[in-house]
Amino acid sequence: MWWKILLFLAMSALIVLSYVTPMPQKQIGEASRIFYYHIPQAWICVVAFAMSMVFSIRYLRSHNIGEDDKAVVAARLGFVFCLLATITGSIFARVTWGSFWNWDPRETSIFILLLIYGAYFALRGAVEIEEKRASLSAVYSIFAFVTVPFLIFVVPRIVPSLHPEDSIVDENLKFTMGPTVRTIFFSSLALFTGLYFWMFNLARRIQRVQRIRLEKEI
Amino acid sequence: MPNKSAGLAAKAFAVYAKDMRLELRSRYALNAILMFGITTLAVVSFSLGQFGLSPKFLAALFWIIMFFSAMSGLAQAFIREEEAQTVLALKLTADPDAIYIGKLLFNFTLLGIMTVIVTPLFFIFTDAPTANLFRFILVLILGIIGLCGATTLVAAIISKASVKGALFSVLSFPVLMPLLISLVSASEKVFDGLPLGNIAAELQFLLAYAVIMVTASIMLFKFVWQE
Repeated sequence: MWWKILLFLAMSALIVLSYVTPMPQKQIGEASRIFYYHIPQAWICVVAFAMSMVFSIRYLRSHNIGEDDKAVVAARLGFVFCLLATITGSIFARVTWGSFWNWDPRETSIFILLLIYGAYFALRGAVEIEEKRASLSAVYSIFAFVTVPFLIFVVPRIVPSLHPEDSIVDENLKFTMGPTVRTIFFSSLALFTGLYFWMFNLARRIQRVQRIRLEKEI
Repeated sequence: MPNKSAGLAAKAFAVYAKDMRLELRSRYALNAILMFGITTLAVVSFSLGQFGLSPKFLAALFWIIMFFSAMSGLAQAFIREEEAQTVLALKLTADPDAIYIGKLLFNFTLLGIMTVIVTPLFFIFTDAPTANLFRFILVLILGIIGLCGATTLVAAIISKASVKGALFSVLSFPVLMPLLISLVSASEKVFDGLPLGNIAAELQFLLAYAVIMVTASIMLFKFVWQE
């Protein structure tokens, strides 16, 4: 219980601090503050989808339906954070590049991620038997995840990108942020991770209650 | 174990031969895929006119035609087994690897026949530059290997679901998107007349994509097939 209160207080402090401290990047201006939210969201999205894939692999190995439940929860949360990252990124794009959407490689890859998991949920909706649904969607999520490295590493090389990469690390992989910005950024990363696991646990509890109710009805 | 792999190849070929024989009897998938290709090509050519299409346009149109034609027929290999209720018999007679490879070869043949007919028509209808034909054929071969490699597993997945037709393109598109991006990019450069060195990055990508997708499919196929 105590860590949830702590998380709430820290998250509130983060929101305030992200607005009152100096701007992270002078050239971009006030809009650069969005990176305190955008990058943690994108990070959680990657963590959640990776977790979903790991649970899917574990389901295929054990055929234990609990693993499939975890995979769905992770995929749903990943989808929410992916949407948030897309929206914040799009706002940032509007301010700095002048349009909400211009098929920059980063925008393309996040769009495809949304499509992959949209298709994943569509597939789940189309299969009625629980075990069948679990294995088919596990296979699809692993198969689709295999293409993600192509999107992140290969496509941006073929098509040039405007996405700022030097806000975290420069070309020598050294941190480019000042101490204040770095502290806020990494706390934000940690807090978002905490928030994600909280949400994950909540969703898992709802799922377990639903399963118990289902068993009682039968 | 040379004996076992020889058995696998023979069984995969047996599955392939069975599918080809069935296909030649009904020509259902082949007709669908071919007519879809020709129809889309006709619509494109009719509405855009014959001359003055830029390389970028040509490349994009060509791969849109290929993508949708592939979507119209490549799921048949597995849907047919479900509809004829021959899945169980097939499960008993061959192991999953052999079935996957057989179906992959079958899809490759289907798409290959369609490409051989539609590509020349595409060049005739749109007056695309034919100067770098060999480079284009190279991109084309890698492209259809990638298309089949990625969609055969998806076809197996959707054959087990309740709404088959619409799901196939919905599930295939995100998986194929990286492939399509680099195919369009490579074809555009070929139409532009750039030398082979300029499309090296795309060719490497296409090769890597095909190898990875086929490997992942072979590893995952048995989980779909057991359902």
